[in-house]
Amino acid sequence: MSIERADIAFEVNGAAISVNVPPLRRLSSVLRDELRLTGTKVGCDAGDCGACTVLVDGEPVCACLMSAASAAGAAITTVEGLANGKLSALQASFLEHGAAQCGICTPGLLVAATALLEKNPFPTEVETQDALGGVLCRCTGYRKIVAAVMDASRHVESLNRRMPQSGHAVGASPIRLDGLPKVTGGEKFGGDSFPADALAVLVVRSPHYHARFAFGDLDSWARARPGVAGVFTAADIPGKNCFGVIGPFADQPALAEGFARFRGEAVALVAGERETILDLDLSDFPVSWTELPHVLEPREAQADGVELVHQHRPANLLTSGFVERGDPDAALSGAVVTVSGAIDTSYVEHAYIEPEAGYAYMDGDTLVVVACTQAPYMDRDDTAKVLGLAVDKVRIVPTATGGGFGSKLDVSLQPLIGLVAMKTGRPAALAYTRNESMISTTKRHPAEMQATIGADADGYVTGMVFAGDFNTGAYASWGPTVANRVPVHASGPYATPNYRAEGRAIHTNGPISGAFRGFGVPQATIMQETLYDELAGKLGIDRLDFRLKNCLRNGSETVTGQKLDSGVGIAECLEALQPHWTRALADTELFNAGSSTKKRGVGVASCWYGCGNTSLPNPSTIKVGISSQGEIVLHQGAVDIGQGSNTVITQICADALGLPLEKFRLKSADTAITPDAGKTSASRQTFVTGKAAERAGRALREAILRFANVSERAAIALDGANLTIREGEATRRVELSTLQADADGLVFVAEETYDPPTLPLDAKGQGKPYAVYGYGAQIAELEVDLKLGTVKLIKITAAHDVGKAINPLLVEGQIEGGIAQGIGMALMEEYIPGRTENLHDYLIPTIGDVPSIETILIEVPDPEGPFGAKGLGEHVLIPTAPAILNAIRHAAGVLVTKVPATPSRIRAAIRDKEARQ
Amino acid sequence: MIRYAKPTTVDEALALLGEDSWRILAGGTDFYPAQGSKPFRDNVLEINGLAALRGIVETDSHWLVGARTTWTDLIRHPLPSAFNALKQAAREVGSVQIQNVASIAGNLCNASPAADGVPGLLVLDAEVELRSAQATRHLPLQEFILGNRRTALLPGELVTAIRIPKPAATGTSAFVKLGARRYLVISIAMVAARVVVENGVVSEAAIAVGSCSAVAKRLAGVEAALRAQPANHALAAAVQSAPMDELSPIGDVRGSAEYRQDAAREIVARAVLGTIDHSAGGKVAA
Repeated sequence: MSIERADIAFEVNGAAISVNVPPLRRLSSVLRDELRLTGTKVGCDAGDCGACTVLVDGEPVCACLMSAASAAGAAITTVEGLANGKLSALQASFLEHGAAQCGICTPGLLVAATALLEKNPFPTEVETQDALGGVLCRCTGYRKIVAAVMDASRHVESLNRRMPQSGHAVGASPIRLDGLPKVTGGEKFGGDSFPADALAVLVVRSPHYHARFAFGDLDSWARARPGVAGVFTAADIPGKNCFGVIGPFADQPALAEGFARFRGEAVALVAGERETILDLDLSDFPVSWTELPHVLEPREAQADGVELVHQHRPANLLTSGFVERGDPDAALSGAVVTVSGAIDTSYVEHAYIEPEAGYAYMDGDTLVVVACTQAPYMDRDDTAKVLGLAVDKVRIVPTATGGGFGSKLDVSLQPLIGLVAMKTGRPAALAYTRNESMISTTKRHPAEMQATIGADADGYVTGMVFAGDFNTGAYASWGPTVANRVPVHASGPYATPNYRAEGRAIHTNGPISGAFRGFGVPQATIMQETLYDELAGKLGIDRLDFRLKNCLRNGSETVTGQKLDSGVGIAECLEALQPHWTRALADTELFNAGSSTKKRGVGVASCWYGCGNTSLPNPSTIKVGISSQGEIVLHQGAVDIGQGSNTVITQICADALGLPLEKFRLKSADTAITPDAGKTSASRQTFVTGKAAERAGRALREAILRFANVSERAAIALDGANLTIREGEATRRVELSTLQADADGLVFVAEETYDPPTLPLDAKGQGKPYAVYGYGAQIAELEVDLKLGTVKLIKITAAHDVGKAINPLLVEGQIEGGIAQGIGMALMEEYIPGRTENLHDYLIPTIGDVPSIETILIEVPDPEGPFGAKGLGEHVLIPTAPAILNAIRHAAGVLVTKVPATPSRIRAAIRDKEARQ
Repeated sequence: MIRYAKPTTVDEALALLGEDSWRILAGGTDFYPAQGSKPFRDNVLEINGLAALRGIVETDSHWLVGARTTWTDLIRHPLPSAFNALKQAAREVGSVQIQNVASIAGNLCNASPAADGVPGLLVLDAEVELRSAQATRHLPLQEFILGNRRTALLPGELVTAIRIPKPAATGTSAFVKLGARRYLVISIAMVAARVVVENGVVSEAAIAVGSCSAVAKRLAGVEAALRAQPANHALAAAVQSAPMDELSPIGDVRGSAEYRQDAAREIVARAVLGTIDHSAGGKVAA
């Protein structure tokens, strides 16, 4: 049925090439699969993300929308063609500005920006945004990209890596240690290294929210299609067809058995030769569906007589979390002022630009899975369980990960490609389509929340009651974590002596809700912070002053009864915002005096967030050694999904060890070679793995000092393959090559583990759930068009207490990126199953939607964290949405109670208000 | 085997169209997203080899825009200020990457209610040139796009050009787009307005709104209300009180029907003001 192949000739990066492909094959596929130029990324295959941008005769186009035949005779430039032996000024500028985080969108941005700079070497901010508006980035918040492009033509020197001197790595901002391949196109993400002989895999998925299904004659169907190697269903799964990130709640089949609980659930796999699979029509796949009644909303799911999503979970309740302290009812009835409200939020899609991708193969009797991930050891354990293998017979080799934000904590394709590799003995490769990624992987929980908060006549909060139902979708995933984290955090970083909060995770037939940067806390904070504005208003207290009055301080007790002795930096954050607040209020007043259709507003909100698992063990282990060649080999198991752990963990280890950063060579989080540093989640890597790295660095240093028989005051240095140890006048030189090396080639080695000290929560949620908290507060300034309900952001000012900024540039990058996701959540992101399963109906912020961001780093050291550091990855998006909603209310006089606050919803709220007046 | 052809002359293309049923591939920016990951099962006629169909020329009676002319081609081509709305719209069709390959005719043939290119052409009284091996016909744009994803294109026909009659290429136009983000966004509503002013008075007004009905519509009531009015900021008031019965917006993920109706009137007013005061018009997006 296919179209006849043709010889097509064109030029790529200056070289003439010819390919023999079907003429309608997408150019992106030709570049990646035929020419192995995998720097051109595929994020959506629909022109929505721009990751595949290449230059065709000098003009940027989406390679996914161009036929191979259309490229005939053209000159194509890909990211691989930008470097010319040494980095272009633009590539160097990207690295120095920290404009690449995960790096998946970087090639598209570099190519599009190259076209701009050819015509306009010194573009303005708007010209830069206009040129790059078609490339989505989910990590950076775009500000550093804009700066890197605008500065590129001023970049004359060769790349400045800003390598710190020995002992000064912590607090310095070297460029990311893993940065170079991200700007050359050399980085290998999940879909970039498929073996040429790998079988391609297609996943057959449920088109229905809830349905029974039965297969027809699969064998005959497969036999009738030459090139199809096999069809696999749940019946082929050799192990326990049930996985899940939290063992006791595990409930998800890798391939559904007999019925599907959500739209997009995998029911069968088809494996075959790549060309066969590309031309395979699944419309006659032998499966018959019987639709069953479904529920998509928690309210429906809890109605009497509703069919249960899981028979063993009554009332469709997965689990609930509860925290109670003091007597909240008495406190509220005795309060001088109380406010109550309700807020609903929507499903939010992670929308990393890299859809899930990887391949699997058998290495003897060991299954090797090479894929993008946030949690290699968890992948290993779940894959082994499903496939009936011992955990040491599964090896997970993480590729670079093109964004994760929580969703790549859960296994996705690992057991699927593993099954095909096991059954066929051939490598098996799969890259999810954008649609497949969106319909089958986890989302942020939609929340339905109510709360009441009361204060006394002096403006102190006396009590709060909060209840939230979180739509956890068809399977458990991280629902229990959300249910437990929310009640612990729903007070915000404020002293709340009387408190009751319940978070409930409710099953529906909607998409699976799991982990997404903040685990429910961003939703709960919208509820609390919007009520705080109302309270301040009723009390007649300035909104920022009200927060300062009530915020946690050293010595405060949290709502779980945890006494915070030191390291509480929320007051410092709010104080740092005060001059900006005063200035912003004055600017707003001035503007509004002269404007009627457009009104400006200012809002503020805070965050706190416990780093690491809630009252559960979550150890990290770091191994570091010195090779006989004089390299420091760091087994860096904290997966870097763009946030910078490859750099930050190494900086910490370098200073603990007392040797220069540039001597480090990193080993990846491959489960066969690197100890478990836990998952990249819960803002734990800088704190937990960082602490393990600090301990490992110190232990390695001690081993060296002991060997040299010197005291801890000695200084060590690496000079080629020699180690020099100096103490006072004495110098000792150790020729590393003369020492006995272990099997890894290491002559000195240390391995240390750190597990944060926490205590369980009792029945009333009292205890010490986290060893370390981070804090922050943000101001949003914006303009509302009262007639259209549109919002134009003017500026975000963000003050975050990170304890110690190990790498200030990376910290800024996290803050800007978190704010961009907060902007999306506040204003545009709403995943509706069946309707927004692509990146043009599901909107995330573009380069034109993130305003100027001013970052203020606050460093109140934490006694537990490495060098005083606290986590920040999730904190940074928590205050953004409530600050924006508060600013909208300040501007327009209306609170939008369903997030996102789209133009339609804002305008409806304004219309309602006008009707009431 | 299914067929694929990439002819180099229009006659050759029309001959092929006459002998078989084909999907047309031009810029590919709607073709590939619609295809997704499905295998190809239709014959495909790629018209990117038809050099004759690309470019803009001026005749005594018309501006002729070749069917393969891209949005970038249009942006870069010097044109009278009556085309300002179309040029502003061109900058909002997808991204620069899309504008560099997407054809103007493709935007019409795709017949999306949210096609950004349509209102700007409607206010220019654009006609569509349709050719088959047997005949050439011209249809007013309103008669070419029949509904959501439906056109009057007959089997064997190819859109070869868009024709703007010279009398309509007078005055100044402006485009306003309403979307939920700054770039690469499907319009909640968009408006093109073209106004001819003589001696300080509106002598002619053409207003078209997209995304508020299955096919973008000209607003006869608003146009009538604007005619003979002084060309000043009071035109906004004339828009606010004019009938706008042509629109029949639906509610969807981008906004409610009520919102669209309400917002459309507001951006019509802004687009009209944009034609007389450049600081008032231009793009609106969140």
